[in-house]
Amino acid sequence: MFRPLMSRRVVRIMLNGRERQVGDGSLLSDLLAGLDLPADGYAVEVNGRLVPRSEARSRLLRAGDQVEVVTLVGGG
Amino acid sequence: MPTPHPADEPLVLGDRRFRSRLILGTGKYPDLETMRAAHEAAATELVTVAVRRIDLSAPPGRRLLDFVDRSKIALLPNTAGCTTAEEAIRTAHLGREAGLSDLVKLEVIGDEETLLPDPVETLKACRPLVRDGFTVLVYTSDDPVLGRRLAGEGAAAVMPAGSPIGSGQGVLNPNNIRLLLEKVSVPVIVDAGVGTASDVASAMELGIAGVLLNTGVACAKDPVRMARAMALACEAGRLAFLSGRIPKRLHASASSPSEGLATAR
Repeated sequence: MFRPLMSRRVVRIMLNGRERQVGDGSLLSDLLAGLDLPADGYAVEVNGRLVPRSEARSRLLRAGDQVEVVTLVGGG
Repeated sequence: MPTPHPADEPLVLGDRRFRSRLILGTGKYPDLETMRAAHEAAATELVTVAVRRIDLSAPPGRRLLDFVDRSKIALLPNTAGCTTAEEAIRTAHLGREAGLSDLVKLEVIGDEETLLPDPVETLKACRPLVRDGFTVLVYTSDDPVLGRRLAGEGAAAVMPAGSPIGSGQGVLNPNNIRLLLEKVSVPVIVDAGVGTASDVASAMELGIAGVLLNTGVACAKDPVRMARAMALACEAGRLAFLSGRIPKRLHASASSPSEGLATAR
């Protein structure tokens, strides 16, 4: 599908409970790449559903998406 | 020379086998170095971890995972903090993706003050997780009927609280643990409430498969030494159970012969 890059609309999403602006239809993997994440030990869900790492490159972000990025921390 | 005791069978959880029967936590330690040293001192092979949002505003700091030797220690992500079956299932999937481990400690809390498990939501979450390929170890109350129901839903282990989480009161109702052992065939692991080594030994003497604890080690004045104490107690209690203790009796029974005393007339 042809999507002219310059005319991409900016939309609001929620990232870990905070508002953030991304290009409409931009890739989840691009968002993650800008977050300085470690190589492993994290997981991502969009709108309450897990997005496996292999699918982040094909997942497009839309207005209102709720993105959660989690990791493993100390617990009992 | 005494013969070494015969090797114990491993603790089997799903398709994994563990020599250590002591599962430790990774929370509340003074620092990550102490945590790692405590894990080593106990020779634990399984540790619990929690699943939480990454703090995106903080600079990347030291990571818990860098202080767990994954060649010796498997990860057991938990669903701590969840209050519904749906939340627990979501968190379990995130934990599996982040920790690359099919093991999950299913924990659904029903009361914020006492941290007692919600039996209804816990039971509801069990089957879907088993269906999704998880090896589900279930934190639960010590109710034997509930334990049987959880095992019936496919739980790989039933993990009753000895007493409330972090309370250090030990196993308050050993009789319920005994009944639970009669009712379920999957491993029973006492999870929560263990305060010191004798609590671990007494629990293991009941015949349970293992003990899971966090606060008792992490918040001891010397966590590394306490970890070693807990591991020794775990093994001692296990050996005592396998050995078959003597019955308790009201009257004395002399250990020395009653005949042949030199001063006898």
